[in-house]
Amino acid sequence: MNSQIQQNIKPGKDPLTIAGVEYRSRLLVGTGKYQDLYQAKQAIDESGAEIITMAVRRTNIGQSPDEPNLLDIISPDDYTYLPNTAGCYSADEAIRTCRLARELLDGHSLVKLEVLGDEKTLFPDVAETFRAAEVLLKEDFLIMVYTNDDPVAAKRLEEMGCIAVMPLAAPIGSGLGIRNPYNIATIVENANVPILVDAGVGTASDAAIAMELGCDGILMQTAIASAKNPLLMASAMKKAVEAGREAYHAGRIPRKRYAAASSPVDGLFF
Amino acid sequence: MEITLNGESRQVPDHSTASQLVETLCLAGKRMAMEINEEIVPRSTFDERVIRDGDKIEIVGAIGGG
Repeated sequence: MNSQIQQNIKPGKDPLTIAGVEYRSRLLVGTGKYQDLYQAKQAIDESGAEIITMAVRRTNIGQSPDEPNLLDIISPDDYTYLPNTAGCYSADEAIRTCRLARELLDGHSLVKLEVLGDEKTLFPDVAETFRAAEVLLKEDFLIMVYTNDDPVAAKRLEEMGCIAVMPLAAPIGSGLGIRNPYNIATIVENANVPILVDAGVGTASDAAIAMELGCDGILMQTAIASAKNPLLMASAMKKAVEAGREAYHAGRIPRKRYAAASSPVDGLFF
Repeated sequence: MEITLNGESRQVPDHSTASQLVETLCLAGKRMAMEINEEIVPRSTFDERVIRDGDKIEIVGAIGGG
């Protein structure tokens, strides 16, 4: 939440608070792109994630009524669901999706708001995102908002009342890593709400870098689900997020151009 | 009468309620949400919500996503 190094943090005791609820894990993961729902559940459990995203789509009318349902396999009793507005290209579409999600989840108001602006890059349409947030906040939604790595936009979304701001690290599903660490660091420095990197992480080191910059958490999907071994990558990501968080609190040494010997010079015998 | 359900035309008996539609679709008791003409229809009101000719109905569920 801020860049100050907290000396009193102990390993393993540093919860993420979202909407008044404390979570042990700072890794949020998606539920899509897996072979099947059972693999999704296994990967989620390997990742240690407690908050998981889902999408809202038309029910297949009359087709395979006995097909397993996401919420039956991965129960909302065991995880905090974060319904997303993926695929929405306007504020109105996103607003409708959030309302349906709340009805679907029996009044659960936590949503991930994303309004896309461009099919090729899936970059957010920030103007439409503001418009959707304004309406949804009046309807008492708790909004975790996907946005660009733009410190001004991030601050505005916080000031409007979004409970967490989630700048992209790189385009969704691109795996390009943290493309603009300086902006992410600035967003973190300015913020009074949790900042989570959402999108762009490719491998464990990317996750660690985001956490070392002071991000409060990371939301990822493709990096795990599309890895050759999703369960192993889920486990790697869990460790990377934890390691990055601890390194952030521990306080890295300053970068220097020249060496500083690790062993004492005193006592050399030659 | 004719309605549009999830983007496709469908015939339903006159004076059907949302409950009856859900029953016909074998979706009773399933986790789903409904909107009619872009307005949410809470599950608690399915019994009394009468469907009208030309209504555009969406029935959605949760699926995996990122």
